[in-house]
Amino acid sequence: MTANPLPVPAPSPNFDTQEFWDAAAQGKFLLKRCDSCGVIIWYPRFVCPDCHSTDTSWFEGSGKGTIYTYTIVRKGQGPYKDAAPFVVAYVELEEGPRILTNIVECDPESVSIGQAVEVVFQDAGDGAALYRFRPTET
Amino acid sequence: MSIRGKAFIAGIYEHPRREIPDRTLTQIHAEVALGAVADAGLTLSDVDGYFCDSTVPGMGGISMVDYLGLQCSYLDNTETGGSSYLGHVGHAATAIAAGKCSVALVTLAGKPRSSRGGPRGGGGGGGGVDAPPETSFEGLWGLAGAPYNYALAAQRHMYEFGTTSEQLAEIKVAASIHAQYNPHALMPNVVTVEEVLASPMISDPLHRLDCCVITDGGGAVVVVSPEVAHSLDRQTVKILGHGEAQKHAMNGRVDLTYSGAVWSGPRAFEEAGVTQADIDYASIYDSFTITVLEQIEDLGFCEKGQGGRFVLDGALVAPHGKLPFNTDGGGLCNNHPANRGGMTKVLEAVRQVRGEAHPAVQVPDCNIVLAHGTGGALSTRMGSATLILGREDA
Repeated sequence: MTANPLPVPAPSPNFDTQEFWDAAAQGKFLLKRCDSCGVIIWYPRFVCPDCHSTDTSWFEGSGKGTIYTYTIVRKGQGPYKDAAPFVVAYVELEEGPRILTNIVECDPESVSIGQAVEVVFQDAGDGAALYRFRPTET
Repeated sequence: MSIRGKAFIAGIYEHPRREIPDRTLTQIHAEVALGAVADAGLTLSDVDGYFCDSTVPGMGGISMVDYLGLQCSYLDNTETGGSSYLGHVGHAATAIAAGKCSVALVTLAGKPRSSRGGPRGGGGGGGGVDAPPETSFEGLWGLAGAPYNYALAAQRHMYEFGTTSEQLAEIKVAASIHAQYNPHALMPNVVTVEEVLASPMISDPLHRLDCCVITDGGGAVVVVSPEVAHSLDRQTVKILGHGEAQKHAMNGRVDLTYSGAVWSGPRAFEEAGVTQADIDYASIYDSFTITVLEQIEDLGFCEKGQGGRFVLDGALVAPHGKLPFNTDGGGLCNNHPANRGGMTKVLEAVRQVRGEAHPAVQVPDCNIVLAHGTGGALSTRMGSATLILGREDA
């Protein structure tokens, strides 16, 4: 476990992302696909950054991936002021996108690139949830 | 030369609504962008120049460029209030006439009606739904400072290419050797590889001495026409080439092992008509040691992944290294005013061409130099700009 529990900042949903964060609060990790070119859009938005179509739809992602890169933050800032050491990482989802997150429920020193991880949702208060990832049990 | 007849307006779009409480500012910018390129019979994939004012959320236009998936060779964020867009059209024409871009997009968006009671001003947004669009996907996990982002890049570079902390430390050592000759340097002491590695870990694998200094200060540059240059009793420095680029998250295809310099560099070299072998001195943006290492690779001074080996054996040390760099001590040891190191990169490059660097680090016969700047978060949402400068007869 990390030395201190991490704060759980609440997301700020907007007109592009309300459904994503509503689903997160229900324990679901949604992804958006472009219905025109088929690419997965990350972060979610109404226009496809690849082909610029506005025909998009949501689907539930696997919530699984591997660590693309990580760092152990030794001195946190803001809400994370007393949280160090903790791990910030880019996780490459099974579906492709590389997304920023924390790796939790493990010793920070044990984290490595290529490690398999899965999504967990943490209560951010007021019915909101934040996604993080933890090592997959093997 | 003038812009007369060099550029044409091909598409326009006016948002049809007059109260838009159900869209973010980013979405409105995107909607008018889609409308205008469609009116022209083009798509956003054709756009290679983007012009906007401060009504776009984020740092300059870079969050919009990321959101729309643009790849621009020219970006202009001139803010002059309500006159901005007229200026932008003129700036776009200037850029097109100079061959810097061929399809320029200018956007405006604001919500002062639906956000009455909120912040005043044309934008009428700022927080909440109008925070930069990436905020809730990058801002919640404690990545609250530049070192962490650059540490993520360094970790991946080490994984892919075998780069070591010792190699990164060599970059700091070279900068410190130069800083000892700069009486204004914040950190004028020469450091060793061992001292860098023994400094506290800030964000693995970056140590405190892998980071630049934090300084107040500033700098300024005056650029003049050839006619004015010839009239002055001062050695001037010729601007030979310029290139810029933005690198962003590329729709989830984040790759932290290279920077926007892979695009800005070739643009500058092509315009200048020179190659890496012609560069006598380089000012390389040095917010962190890894910043220097990746950009030496990206600018073509060595192959991708070979930067760690390149910097060994005093390669960066003036005056006789393979690539003398940052002879003022750089951001790593001398000065990083306003947490923005690009200005000082230009200034030391000019000193080298003028022969006004400290004699201990002045590169002999310094004819052609390069200055390269980085802004934002390395390889996730960044601006890159490269200048190639030379003597008056270069």
